[in-house]
Amino acid sequence: MSESRHIALHVNGERREAETPVRQHLADFLRGTLGLTGTHLGCEHGVCGACTVLVDGRAVRACLMLAVQAAGRAVTTIEGLAAADGTLHPLQQAFCDHHGLQCGFCTPGILATLVEYLAENPDPGAEDLRIALSGNICRCTGYDSIVAAALAAARALRGEAA
Amino acid sequence: MKPARFAYHDPDHLAEALALLARLENARVLAGGQSLMPMLAMRVAMPDHLIDLNRIPGLDGIVVAEGSLRIGAMARQRRIEDSPAIRAACPLMTEALGLVGHIQTRNRGTIGGSLCHLDPSAELVTVAAALDATIEVASATGTRDIGIADFPLGLMTPSLAAEEMVVGLRIPLWPAGHGACFTEFARRHGDYAIVSAAALLLPDAQGRIARVSLTLGGVSAGPLRLAAAEAMLLGEAPSPALFRAAASCCAGIDAMEDPQAPAWYRRRLATVLVRRALEQAWARTEGVAA
Ligand SMILES: Cc1cc2nc3c(=O)[nH]c(=O)nc-3n(C[C@@H](O)[C@H](O)[C@H](O)COP(=O)(O)OP(=O)(O)OC[C@H]3O[C@@H](n4cnc5c(N)ncnc54)[C@H](O)[C@@H]3O)c2cc1C
Ligand code: FES
Ligand code: FES
Repeated sequence: MSESRHIALHVNGERREAETPVRQHLADFLRGTLGLTGTHLGCEHGVCGACTVLVDGRAVRACLMLAVQAAGRAVTTIEGLAAADGTLHPLQQAFCDHHGLQCGFCTPGILATLVEYLAENPDPGAEDLRIALSGNICRCTGYDSIVAAALAAARALRGEAA
Repeated sequence: MKPARFAYHDPDHLAEALALLARLENARVLAGGQSLMPMLAMRVAMPDHLIDLNRIPGLDGIVVAEGSLRIGAMARQRRIEDSPAIRAACPLMTEALGLVGHIQTRNRGTIGGSLCHLDPSAELVTVAAALDATIEVASATGTRDIGIADFPLGLMTPSLAAEEMVVGLRIPLWPAGHGACFTEFARRHGDYAIVSAAALLLPDAQGRIARVSLTLGGVSAGPLRLAAAEAMLLGEAPSPALFRAAASCCAGIDAMEDPQAPAWYRRRLATVLVRRALEQAWARTEGVAA
C-alpha cells in the first residue's frame, strides 16, 4: 500500500485536493500542504487544544487525526470564521472587545471549540464554559477574559446586546 | 511528521479488517486515535500497519432493549454521552462520560478504544466493571465473549490475541429506580482521574439495599470491585454510618504507587470517593420514601 494518498475535501467551504503522506496529521496538512497557518500546533500529542478545528461541525484535535481521514469531510479552520466581506465572526469580535487573547496562540483552537459549544448551548454559565474549554490550554490570559469574551459572544449570537 | 512509517489500510467491511488483522504482522487498529495518535507521535507505538476502523459501517450501533444495552466498539464517546436512551437507562455511563477527557477528545474517541487502551484510570473501563459488561470480540475465525473481569491481563493490556479486535459490549441494565453515581478526583477537569469510584444501589420495598455494585478505578491495573464492602451493604438499611463503614474498606486495599500519587493517598481518596458515591447513589434511588 502506498505511503501517500491523493485526497479531496472541503476546507472553509472550498473544495481542495492534494497529495498527503499517510502518516501526516490533519494540522500539518492544513498548515504545510494548504498553507493555512492559522491552525496552531502546541504539543502534537493531544493535550493543548491549540490545533482544534471543526470537522463536519465537530471540534476535534487536528493533531490526533490523520489528513487521509479528512478525505470527503468538511473542515473549518480559523481562516473560515469571518464573513466573506471581512466582517468578524461574533466570537472574534467578542475576543477583541474583551481582551480574550494576548499572544493569540491558543485562540484559533478556543474559537473552534466555542463555535460548536455555543451552537449547542446558547446560554451557558461561566462555570459551564470553563469545563467546555478545559481542553484548551492558554499560557497568557488566566482564562477570565476568555470566559468573559465567550459570555459576550453567546449574548451576541443570541441576538442580545453584547 | 512524528510517527514512524506505517502502511495505512482503511477497509470498508469488518470482514476485510479482520482478514488484514489475521494476515499482517505488527498491525494495530486505529479507532478514535485519541490515545493511539499520541503514542504514534511519541513512537511508543510503531506499528508497520495501521488498520483504520473508521470507514466500517455498522460498528457504532447503540441499542437499548429489554433489560440490556449494547454499544458498538466504534460508537463515539460524545454520541453515547448525548444519548437520551442511555441517560435514562444507564445514568452511570452518562455521568462518567462527562469526565472522559474533553469535548474535542470525546467527539473522536470511541468506547472500544477506551476499553482496549485500558488505562487504569479510564472511566469507561471502571463503568464496564461496575455494570458487569461483556466484551464482544471478533477475529477472522470467529467471535467470542469476554467477561469484563477477565478482560484486563495486566497494566494497559487487554486479553486479546493479535488477530482479535473488540466489536462491542453488552451491559445488563439495572432496574428502574436504582441510583447510580460516578465520581472522581483529578488534578484538572478532563484529566485522567487519580482515583474514581462508581456506585450503584437498588432499594427494596422496605428501603433496604437489595443490590449493590461498588468499583474503584485508578488504584490498580484494572478496575477493582469492592466485594467486601458490597457484602457489608447488602440487605442493610442505608445510613451515613453504614456508608462510612463500607467506605472504610478502602483503607486496606492494595493501591498502586506512581509519580502522580503515593499508595496511601490513593487509599485515602478511595475512602472519601466511595462514601460520596454511595451517598449520592442512594439519594438518586427512587420508589422508597426517604
Ligand atoms: C487530552 C486528553 C485527555 C484524555 N483524558 C481521558 C480521560 O480523562 N479518561 C479516559 O478514559 N481517557 C482519556 N483520554 C483518552 C481517550 O480520549 C481515548 O478516546 C481512549 O483512551 C482511546 O479511544 P480511541 O477511540 O481514541 O482509541 P485509539 O486511540 O484509536 O486506540 C487506543 C488503543 O486501543 C486499540 N483499539 C482501539 N479500538 C480497538 C478495537 N475495537 N479492538 C481492539 N483494539 C482497539 C488501538 O489499537 C490502540 O492500541 C484522553 C485523551 C486526551 C488526548
Ligand atoms: S497540538 Fe494538538 S492538542 Fe496540542
Ligand atoms: S493568549 Fe497566549 S496562549 Fe492564550
